[in-house]
Amino acid sequence: MFPKWFDKWNRENPTNIYGPAVIIGVIGAAVFTATMLVAWGQPFATNSMQTGPRGTGMSVPEFKADLAAPDPDIELLLEDPPYPPEADEELAGDIYQNVQVLGDLTDANFNRLMAAMTRWVSPDQGCAYCHGDGGIETYGEDKHYTKVVARRMIQMTQNINEGWDAHVNANKEVGVTCMTCHRGQNVPSDIWFKLGDVNEAMSGWSANQNRATVQSQSTSLPSDALEKYLLDGEVIGVHDLESRVAGVPGEDGYPGIQQAERTYSLMNYVSNSLGVNCLFCHNSRAFYDGSQVTPQWATESLGIQMVLELNNDYLVPLKDEYPPERLGPVHQDAPKAACKTCHKGYQQPLQGTNVIKDWPELATTGAPDYGD
Amino acid sequence: MAEYQNIFTQVQVQGTPEWGMDDTGGRLSEERAGKPFFSKLAGWIGNAQIGPINLGMLGVVSLLTGTLWFVIVGFNMLAQVGWSIPEFLRQGFWLALEPPGPEHGLSIPPLDEGGWYIISSFFLLVSVLAWWARSYQLAVSHKMGKHVFWAFGSAIWLFLVLGLFRPVLMGSWSEAVPYGIFPHLDWTTAFSIRYGNLYYNPFHCLSIVFLYGSVLLFAMHGATILAVTRFGGDRELEQIVDRGTASERAALFWRWTMGFNATMEGIHRWAWWFAVLTPITGGIGILLTGTVVDNWFIWAQEHNFAPMYDGSYGYEAYGSYEAFIGQED
Repeated sequence: MFPKWFDKWNRENPTNIYGPAVIIGVIGAAVFTATMLVAWGQPFATNSMQTGPRGTGMSVPEFKADLAAPDPDIELLLEDPPYPPEADEELAGDIYQNVQVLGDLTDANFNRLMAAMTRWVSPDQGCAYCHGDGGIETYGEDKHYTKVVARRMIQMTQNINEGWDAHVNANKEVGVTCMTCHRGQNVPSDIWFKLGDVNEAMSGWSANQNRATVQSQSTSLPSDALEKYLLDGEVIGVHDLESRVAGVPGEDGYPGIQQAERTYSLMNYVSNSLGVNCLFCHNSRAFYDGSQVTPQWATESLGIQMVLELNNDYLVPLKDEYPPERLGPVHQDAPKAACKTCHKGYQQPLQGTNVIKDWPELATTGAPDYGD
Repeated sequence: MAEYQNIFTQVQVQGTPEWGMDDTGGRLSEERAGKPFFSKLAGWIGNAQIGPINLGMLGVVSLLTGTLWFVIVGFNMLAQVGWSIPEFLRQGFWLALEPPGPEHGLSIPPLDEGGWYIISSFFLLVSVLAWWARSYQLAVSHKMGKHVFWAFGSAIWLFLVLGLFRPVLMGSWSEAVPYGIFPHLDWTTAFSIRYGNLYYNPFHCLSIVFLYGSVLLFAMHGATILAVTRFGGDRELEQIVDRGTASERAALFWRWTMGFNATMEGIHRWAWWFAVLTPITGGIGILLTGTVVDNWFIWAQEHNFAPMYDGSYGYEAYGSYEAFIGQED
């Protein structure tokens, strides 16, 4: 292939080309990579939100690419401003049969809200999802469980907006509507059921942990954290607040390592639900210390109280209304809510979009205030 | 030159297997079991000869009880997943044999609430102690010092503090560490958080110092010896007795680098003490946790070991969530 003189010269001058080739290749690849990093930028660049004093390393990092993409569900929200009521307008409670919670609304606003609820909860089934397909004259009946549940959920939404204003509107007015949880689905995502003992052939502390489950967030931490803390209302306490205390851990209200693990499980769930880390609320060198927590800690503590109330006063009592397929797979318990049911991985649900501004009807348990 | 820059040992000796000394009237020879053979793979990382082994009665006891512990833990895990092998493999890293709950104190609980844990722990204790005694016995028969025995003892100290001494002092087996891959890591974090952040435990600090120090010393010593292997530096014993050019160069290298050098003998005392002090100090730290101090961060603040914040956090200066997600008007 090559001329004879070339082959002859090569034969007479053997040279190790592999050593230099490897060196040039390695250096070349490094130079290329460095050039590309400078020219195109870091492909996995992050931004951090500072959450504590300088020098403590308290921050919440996110990929820039994720930050650039807004929550896709925000697009599902539609402008739907209320109709200012006239002075002598007839109210829904007088027009329709069996209107128990929205009787104070004018006809136009009542129907506006009903239409919105179909968008939020049953876009495919429409009105029939709650009212059945027996025609408009049967809409007053409570024949379908969906309608009974929906009524209670409206009361729950009103209570959240009014009674838990300090959690929901902690930073600014955002409020909640059916959409905050449902996002166009009959059953909201990220609800939870009791799992009970996840290990066979075991009881006590040996039975409730060490399995990758939804509620342990695929860790080996206890799988009953949501049940104990967000349903049974157990005190979230891990530390002793003095350097030496008299009690024995695990007895007389002094927390044991087991409570620490279960709390860790809950906190891990909260972090994942909000897309944050421990440092969003805590200074991790002293998790317990109320003088070192961030403002978010107070908001979050209210959130835990709120979820306790929602589960115990609204969601669990609906158990007998549901058909079997809506109940929990292990204990046939009613579906329950927790942080992720609303937050869906964002610090603020729907990234802090004000969803209540068009819905004074849902903002209060009393008669709506249209701000005339 | 290139032969000294390899990841693996390049020179392998394979010939007639070496049987070693027999200086106690034939007894040592009797107790050596197994037909020796050569493994090229083993030769890359150590001596190519595998066997014979002097197991002895203690070795047999240790292996038997150790196996019992291992099997009890494994079968408990298997029972937890309903005897399903695929599920056992899938959840293997998550599963554990947990100690009893705090309600049982130091009593023996029902088998399914930690009883198996107590039984298996007993076997593990026997196994570890038998192996420990064996390391003494074999050192005696070789007329060696008992350095390995005491070094292993320091690890056993930490093991006993975690699983026996501290639970007894606390009055509850529930303080012990679960037997499981992830669960024992969960325990470690939970233990630190429960007792107010173990990083503020001064003995934990010391343990970390000795651990990192061990790593540094190991790297320095390993590198030094490999660097003078070309002059026979890997024959450490000969170099100790009759210091040659390898030792001289190694010593000069460090003296000229940092003004001080260990000796061929002294470096091993450094290494031994750093390694041994890691679990000794760590064990003291664990033993004091919950028995003497319940919240290490507060303890550290009380003893001017951790600073207090003045509370001026300046949250208003941090920037908003809206700015973070790029929605600020």
